Amino acid sequence: MPGKPKLHYANGRGKMESIRWLLAAAGVEFEEQFIETKEDLEKLRSDGLLLFQQVPMVEIDGMKMVQTRAILSYLAAKYNLYGKDLKERALIDMYVEGTTDLMGIIMYLPFQPPEAKEKNLALITDKATTRYFPVYEKVLKDHGQDYLVGNHFTWADVHLLEAILMAEECKSDILSKFPLLQAFKGRISNIPTIKKFLQPGSQRKPPPDEKYIAQVKQTFNV
Amino acid sequence: MPKAIRSSLMAGKPKLYYFNGRGRMESVRWLLAAAGIEFVEEFLETREQYEKLLQDGALLFQQVPMVEIDGMKMVQTRAILGYIAAKHNLYGKNLKERALIDMYVEGTRDLMDLIRVHHKFSPEEQEKNLALINERATARYFPVYEKVLKDHGTEFLVGNQLTWADVQLIEAILMVEEKVSTILSKFPLLQDFKTRICNIPTIKKFLQPGSQRKPPPDESYVVTANRVFNRK
Repeated sequence: MPGKPKLHYANGRGKMESIRWLLAAAGVEFEEQFIETKEDLEKLRSDGLLLFQQVPMVEIDGMKMVQTRAILSYLAAKYNLYGKDLKERALIDMYVEGTTDLMGIIMYLPFQPPEAKEKNLALITDKATTRYFPVYEKVLKDHGQDYLVGNHFTWADVHLLEAILMAEECKSDILSKFPLLQAFKGRISNIPTIKKFLQPGSQRKPPPDEKYIAQVKQTFNV
Repeated sequence: MPKAIRSSLMAGKPKLYYFNGRGRMESVRWLLAAAGIEFVEEFLETREQYEKLLQDGALLFQQVPMVEIDGMKMVQTRAILGYIAAKHNLYGKNLKERALIDMYVEGTRDLMDLIRVHHKFSPEEQEKNLALINERATARYFPVYEKVLKDHGTEFLVGNQLTWADVQLIEAILMVEEKVSTILSKFPLLQDFKTRICNIPTIKKFLQPGSQRKPPPDESYVVTANRVFNRK
């Protein structure tokens, strides 16, 4: 259907998941074309559809956008989730980079060798609870508002909720020392577009399983 | 000059907190310089300096780069660069131009990251990394920018005026050339681009000896970074 953004990626979270979250939060319907084999990827490349030979790629507004951050920034700006001025944007950018770093460590966990798994889980828990979550807890505490930036819903809130849920999948009580983040999680999860995305049957992808990991390794030479 | 006056003159200038070397801060130096913005630097040399910054709560995620600018202590390189670009009219004139700039800078960022970590590798790993840098530059990244310039035949990558994308591309070109001096041999338009951009007065000035541009990393840079971050 013309008009809807079209996402090109594997049938799993990876780097595309934040894009799915942001589109869903903005209430934007989107389509997906899943890359399942090396040949699928090769075809996208040989058709000249991938600027730097990589995915994520999102067809949107006549562009074939690549580079996750570029895509997310475009969507945030387009759907009014990027704050109202330069200073709010600066805060949103800083906060999003933090949650990106945290989710980055979690994203690679399934691709690490099994021996390293326990060590990496400890690293994730440590970083989440000593470096990242304290920052967002303090932001919420200092201004006492419902959202991270500017007293309105922005990309920073969507990204933080995504990071919280991912971290909880690693360690279910990871928010135990962060009461404001617990309340934040409840609040943001109840926003209608996000509530819908969190329900079964949405385009949200599950955590990677054995089969997905094998497929990704095969297709992308990871 | 009396200290009070000197301080207040300094107060307006962005202040960069990082090592006395390129690393992740170099792109920030480039962008400020290209925009003609004077800045001051505080170099991290000891563990104690770093711990003081931490204790003072100056580093949001306990990391550098950090830039004091407009009353903020900004961290996260991309956030800092995006702010400077927008503030100084180097981010295009509309959302679509910004999208292009963002895509292009992410590409050059990926290329420069290969070089940024090069000095950390063992000699065998460095040989492999050099081959990767060569391959990525000539097969993945430079062809894209060559084609962009070719397709719309203008002097700059986006929108016919200097943007963050051009500044970051020239930085990347020069960085790769330091490793592979002939890297632009198959890219005539990038060669022209390089000449043109290097002649822009603010950039020309930054490329001269005595500017705040930093040299490629050497042994002492590695030693200092490891000491400050308590790395073995």
